[in-house]
Amino acid sequence: MKSIIDYVYLVPLFPLIGFLINGLGRKQLSKSLSGMIGSGMVLASFVVSALIFNATRAEGDPITVRLFDFIQAGNLNIPFEFLVDRLSALFLMIITGVGFLIHLYSTAYMHEEEPHHFARYFAYLNLFVFSMLLLVLGANYLIMFIGWEGVGLCSYLLIGYWFKNKDYGNAARKAFVMNRIGDLGFLLGLFFIIQQFGSLTYGEVFSQAATMSSGATILTIITLLLFVGATGKSAQIPLYTWLPDAMAGPTPVSALIHAATMVTAGIYMIARSNILYTLAPVSQTVVAVIGLATAILAATIAIKQNDIKKVLAYSTVSQLGYMFLGLGVGAYTGAVFHVMTHAFFKALLFLGAGSVIHAMHHEQDIRKMGGLAKKLPITHITFLIGCIAIAGIPPFSGFFSKDEILIHAYGTNPLLYWIGLGGALLTAFYMFRLYAMTFKGSFRGTHEQEHHLHESPWQMTLPLIVLAFLAAVAGFVGIPELFAHDAHKLEHYLGPVFAESYKVQEAHQIDHSTEYMLLGVSITAILIAIVFAWTRYSKKPETGDATGFGKTLANKWYVDELYEAIISKPLNGLGAISNKFIEKSGIDGIVNGTGKTIQWGSRQLRLLQSGQVGTYVLWMVLGILLFFVLIIFI
Amino acid sequence: MPINYYIILAVALFSIGVAGVLTRRNAIIIFMCVELMLNAVNLLLVAFSKMHYNNVAAFNPFASIGTDAQVFVFFIMVVAAAEVSVGLAIIVMMYRNIHSVDVNFLNRLKH
Repeated sequence: MKSIIDYVYLVPLFPLIGFLINGLGRKQLSKSLSGMIGSGMVLASFVVSALIFNATRAEGDPITVRLFDFIQAGNLNIPFEFLVDRLSALFLMIITGVGFLIHLYSTAYMHEEEPHHFARYFAYLNLFVFSMLLLVLGANYLIMFIGWEGVGLCSYLLIGYWFKNKDYGNAARKAFVMNRIGDLGFLLGLFFIIQQFGSLTYGEVFSQAATMSSGATILTIITLLLFVGATGKSAQIPLYTWLPDAMAGPTPVSALIHAATMVTAGIYMIARSNILYTLAPVSQTVVAVIGLATAILAATIAIKQNDIKKVLAYSTVSQLGYMFLGLGVGAYTGAVFHVMTHAFFKALLFLGAGSVIHAMHHEQDIRKMGGLAKKLPITHITFLIGCIAIAGIPPFSGFFSKDEILIHAYGTNPLLYWIGLGGALLTAFYMFRLYAMTFKGSFRGTHEQEHHLHESPWQMTLPLIVLAFLAAVAGFVGIPELFAHDAHKLEHYLGPVFAESYKVQEAHQIDHSTEYMLLGVSITAILIAIVFAWTRYSKKPETGDATGFGKTLANKWYVDELYEAIISKPLNGLGAISNKFIEKSGIDGIVNGTGKTIQWGSRQLRLLQSGQVGTYVLWMVLGILLFFVLIIFI
Repeated sequence: MPINYYIILAVALFSIGVAGVLTRRNAIIIFMCVELMLNAVNLLLVAFSKMHYNNVAAFNPFASIGTDAQVFVFFIMVVAAAEVSVGLAIIVMMYRNIHSVDVNFLNRLKH
């Protein structure tokens, strides 16, 4: 009998159909119809995903569904197959579930758009979901790479959705170029994998890798190259600068990029290749250090941002840093757990921000907000839940996942824990600064804006409520051993996926008294940070520009300027020189010279056409004689 | 008679024709020279045909091969006659228009 897992191809197929209908029929479809098609297709694929998820809970073994042969060349055989195991099933749930809520939200958020732009928007969204599903479902690195490139393309299309604004177009290009740099690393990693293992299929690569000794050079090279890809896609140092600029896209797009899809691709890839990383301790250290550095750097920047979406963007970068820290210290379950909870609360926060922006008529500066709590009650409550969840207050979801990562970090090296905790404090601080400046205090916008303040329609509040509920309770699937014995359901569920790695990895046991102490310290510190931010920014919100050190933070540590100076400028200079000397005088010279020579030659030949028939005949005879000479003497 | 004689005669006739076309300006004379060349070729064709037939007939007296070219020659003469009528008509028209049969006046092809 065929189980639901054999129909897994339906999951990416639905969004693809939605993309084709909306993309091809964008001139004909009405807004409500294209919205319904766009959301309905993702809903359909969510239903299939839920059934698949249910099936994997009973049966833990990975199942490969082969669709057709893709590439066959020599010894290399890359079939087009999907791998359904617990990791991919969980990601399917996150992507289609959160993705559907964002689609639903978009139908209301984008209602001011022209019908054909509206349909174009939904076509892009569906394509995005399709690519992400392909990335997650692929049973080999090549399928993953197709999805990997697909989400890169879709992010470019969506960030530049309002392409008439030149800055937005530039932001889209920046995202694309940054991603391409990472993709190059990923691609090189794939070549090394083929060279070493002769295959790209996960099963074969991992089973061969498991027999290799820990710390093999080739594994370190492969994992580092793959990690370069992950830094591009998941916005880590040094390739993170595209993500804050990606705020140029419509707000639901930011939610989709930041929460459900795209940026989690890097995490998924490393979690999927966990055995490779476990066997390459050097790479693990690099991943952990980069992750932590990103978490701290982005958190410091977020403190001084005044654009509601920029704060959230840097918070995403920062949270992604935590996930990489988790991967780096071998807390694979913790990282995936954090992906899940982060998907809920970050989607919630972005959609909440979208609701605020919607109410404020596209005003994004929190210095001009304030006191919105009464006017937007549902947005206010759900946003608050999101803030608490991300700050890590028990029993909201962010606490459990972040705690799991940090505790593992402590087991590896206490220093990682303390720095990570510092980042968590910053997180709590900037989130509640954002919250207080937006919803507390008195309104600082114009009278007209105040007059028009309104709660959003149900299509926008319903996703907020659902996500708020999830953000509040999702943590209970991963209750640590500390509180209840054997209650970490997610750990059990994902167990088979990471089993090989856990065999290799030495377990760091921390005794319970230390763990209680660490929890107490972190919760107290976070609460203090929250109360401090709350009281300070409710009473005396920042209205002017930052000064002193704050200015450095507000300008993002001048990283963009640094990149501009050390990479863009020299490259542009090189380009200008090549343009002037190689292109203009070299290549253009050859091309134009050819043209000129032929024109000149033609002008000379033209003189032969005198109109005198006698001359023509003379030439003809001379030609015949020439042929005679050639034939006779040669 | 050896084939060489025919060839030499044909080449001589052809060369006279070419020289005439190149040097003379009177359209009628040029026309005659063209006919001369044409007939030089005809002569050659018949000569070769005969030679070929002789070679084949030496082995097989009933062979019909080698006679085709002689038929061709008649075709050429018919076509040449048609051509002459057209050509002369053109020359007549030319004379009516410019009162001359000097081809150097006919450089209008250029435009």
